[in-house]
Amino acid sequence: MPWLKRLSDLLRPRKLDAELEEEMQFHLAARIRDNAAAGMSPEEARRQARLAFGARDKVSEECRESRDMRWLETAWRDLRYALRVLRGSPVFTLTAVGSLALGIGANVAVFSIVNAILLRELPFRDPSQLVWIANVNEDHGLSGVTYRVDIYEEFRRRSRTFEDMTAYFAFFGFGSFKWTGHGEPERLAGVDVAPNFFTVLGVRPLLGRLFTAEEANGGVGAVLLAHGLWKRRFASDPAVVGRSLHLNGRAVTVVGVLPASFDFSSVFAPGTRVEIIKPARLEGMRNWGNTLSIIGRLKPGTQMEQAREEFKALLPQLNAAHPEWGDGYGARLTPLDEQVNGRIRHSLLVLWLAVGVVLLIVCTNLCNLMLARASARSKEIAIRSALGAGRSRILFQLLAENLLLSLGGAVIGLALAVAAIRAVISLSSVSIPLLGSVRVDLSAAILALALALVSGLLFGAWPAFRLSAAHLEKGLKESGRGSSDGAGRAWLRSALAVAQVSLACVLLVGAGLLLRSFVAVLDVDLGFRPSQAIAVRVDPPADATRPQRQAYFDSLLRAVQAVPGIQAAGLTDALPLDRNRSWDLQAAGRTYPPGFDTGALIYVISGGYLGAMGIPLRSGRAFQSRDTAEAEQVILINETAARIHWPGEDAVGKLALIGRPKPYRVVGVVADLRNRALEEASGCEFYRPIQQESPASTELIFRTSLDVASISSGVRAALRSIEPNMPPSDFRPLQRLIDRAVSPRRFFLTLLAGFAAAALLLASIGIYGVISISVAQRGQEIGIRMALGATASAIRFDVMRQTLALAMAGLAIGTIVSLASTKLVGALLFGITPTDPLTFLAMIVILLVMSFAAAWVPARRASRVDPVLALRGLRT
Amino acid sequence: MPNHSNDRLQGTLDLLVLKTLASRGRMHGYAITLHIEHITKEVLRLEEGSLYPALHRMTKAGWLSAEWGASENNRRARYYSLTAAGRKQLFEEESHWAELTKAVARVLRSA
Repeated sequence: MPWLKRLSDLLRPRKLDAELEEEMQFHLAARIRDNAAAGMSPEEARRQARLAFGARDKVSEECRESRDMRWLETAWRDLRYALRVLRGSPVFTLTAVGSLALGIGANVAVFSIVNAILLRELPFRDPSQLVWIANVNEDHGLSGVTYRVDIYEEFRRRSRTFEDMTAYFAFFGFGSFKWTGHGEPERLAGVDVAPNFFTVLGVRPLLGRLFTAEEANGGVGAVLLAHGLWKRRFASDPAVVGRSLHLNGRAVTVVGVLPASFDFSSVFAPGTRVEIIKPARLEGMRNWGNTLSIIGRLKPGTQMEQAREEFKALLPQLNAAHPEWGDGYGARLTPLDEQVNGRIRHSLLVLWLAVGVVLLIVCTNLCNLMLARASARSKEIAIRSALGAGRSRILFQLLAENLLLSLGGAVIGLALAVAAIRAVISLSSVSIPLLGSVRVDLSAAILALALALVSGLLFGAWPAFRLSAAHLEKGLKESGRGSSDGAGRAWLRSALAVAQVSLACVLLVGAGLLLRSFVAVLDVDLGFRPSQAIAVRVDPPADATRPQRQAYFDSLLRAVQAVPGIQAAGLTDALPLDRNRSWDLQAAGRTYPPGFDTGALIYVISGGYLGAMGIPLRSGRAFQSRDTAEAEQVILINETAARIHWPGEDAVGKLALIGRPKPYRVVGVVADLRNRALEEASGCEFYRPIQQESPASTELIFRTSLDVASISSGVRAALRSIEPNMPPSDFRPLQRLIDRAVSPRRFFLTLLAGFAAAALLLASIGIYGVISISVAQRGQEIGIRMALGATASAIRFDVMRQTLALAMAGLAIGTIVSLASTKLVGALLFGITPTDPLTFLAMIVILLVMSFAAAWVPARRASRVDPVLALRGLRT
Repeated sequence: MPNHSNDRLQGTLDLLVLKTLASRGRMHGYAITLHIEHITKEVLRLEEGSLYPALHRMTKAGWLSAEWGASENNRRARYYSLTAAGRKQLFEEESHWAELTKAVARVLRSA
């Protein structure tokens, strides 16, 4: 295989040199011997041999040249020359590398995000076999998509299409742990999972083991630690296994540590940090109603459709067999990955498209730059080819320059992407699934390189090719006299600038629409006022009786209200936009048509809660201290519930049924709250007094007129007097709930706005380039006009008119494309139409201003052309 | 492929080497030198070293193949032999040479 030998020769020049040396030595030795045999003295024999052989250095040099190394040396020379050329025109180089880096960086970053969230498999064994099984009343919050323990057991028992199923306690927000006895007390979020949770998912612990049967029954307290907690608080100490932790005042044993690849929150509860995994005692949860989220693993070879068919038949049977389940259950089966990323899939694809557009702008920019350079360098090239450089040599030389630019762009772009992704990962409060697992990995690096080569070489090669083909004499003849630049090339450059403007236009419209939606979402009437309100998680002692709990709540409220600067304080079992559950709510004595949705979100609150949250009372009264456990059972309802269940009547004073035997008195009506999502209008909601429900865990809300930070210490001191082990990090401004709810929207908006800004910048560079070249090339024409009496402002006006023509053409195309593609973003918008006139108008104004700004410098340059110099043919 | 058909001197050396190897088979560089000296009765005395770049070039061009072997007095030496491509090249160079000498002779006669 000759080429193989050549390759190995290429890689081992030293060995070849040694062989050559040996060969020459042999020759000399033989000659000396023959000389000596012919009767010369040894001295003379050696001298004559050397003389006859000639200069050995020259011989070995010539031999070396005959090897394959020459093209490599040439290439090296070309690269060095290219580097020198690029250094010689720093503005061009920086612009080209900078825009490439921008385009590549954005693409690599978005690809990494898309790859982690959409493309990569979930970190489980055979994730395509995993199915999310959800109940079908999405309107009822978590309660509407979860199942009772017995239905979970029935599913497991009856299903033939599933290998196994597992579940976790969906309301794990309640299962928060106060961790004491290990430095500062800290509150940890934990989740209760069915004993087979990890076996079904196929996750093995990094250290230790999974739960034993005894631990799963709750006989022995055992927990698994998430990798993050292990790293954060135990310095990744393997000896943590077997240690005992104090959680909620109870000792539990750490039986294992989960691998870094398994992050419960990032898959099942984005935006939170679940760090403790505990076995769920299903037996104890049997009477809690809908609490379980179910995940099934299909039997190998079983299709999703078969499982759906089976469930379609199974559910009516189950519902008929269990009249105690009320209205009965449904089931929606979705592949687990779709359940995890389905909601943001669309946003991500839009984002991906957007970076593609950015790259397209980068490419047109590059093409334009190269064309501009091509005309500037045609003389240099002509001289080189006159001096004997072959066309392929010149072409290679130009390609070497492009290659350097591309590689520079790729490296810087990759660095940009890494920095961007690092920033993205740190956004742990953004509720986007799997965000923490985003990495710039090898495939991203390959993508960067590929993009660089394709955009750099493709868009650079074409001008280079034309340039190297440029006619020799024509290039040399080109003196100070205008340009040899045909109308064709000028036209092409204008077309590229127009394309840039229209692409930027599309991105600006997209970003503008998202921005307007974001503002609209923030403008939504929440029904409560989050500013100046703070939530603190407070749990009564785990073994407290009802009166003890009540006493605990009372003393908490008393203590907090005594802190100076507190306007109002109240308790709730759950916060809006956080966790939620639903119960049944009906007007007593009314018969509802079958299928009428009587579910309503339920919150257990203290009297001061409405004031602390800033929820307006519409009619009736709030809960008061007289609503004790022994007094009449009362509820508050929201306006929607009043309208739906007591249409045309005053609901206050009416009786309601909430799924229990006795009726409850409606004592007041409060405003609707955005409980599930900012974008979703409220459904039915009702409230129960804390004295009559006695929840096991609560959030304390207080509102202050003072600076939040300054009052926290007072509140903390007051709370510590009742609960000495209160974790210090527990103060949560209510605004944070809103921030988390809008975090995905903010995330996508920020990225898209960044891309739009980049597009704007690139398009302005494009316009600047086209206009300045056209001004430079028309120097003589301008000089003549000025000599004939044209004023500077007339010249400026002329240049600006040219700019306007480009911008308008770009705007027209861009607007049409934007209008045609509004369907893409339609689903992501809120409160505005995809053809929102204000957005389009703003986009047009921004692009026009940008175009004029970009053209201003060349226009001024044009108006300062010295007619005498210009006419003499000297460029100004 | 190095193009040297215009370079007569080099072409001549190539021709001599090819012809030598064609007639004598496998030889090392020194033996080729001796043979050329002997045949030309020392009319063509080249710098002996200039043989080697030619050998290497022709090896790379695929006209010769080279291998290491033991010399007559048991030293390691590089032996060259003609390949099929080399044989073809020899044929071409021979006819080329014949044409050239004929042409030169004509010029000398007519001048």
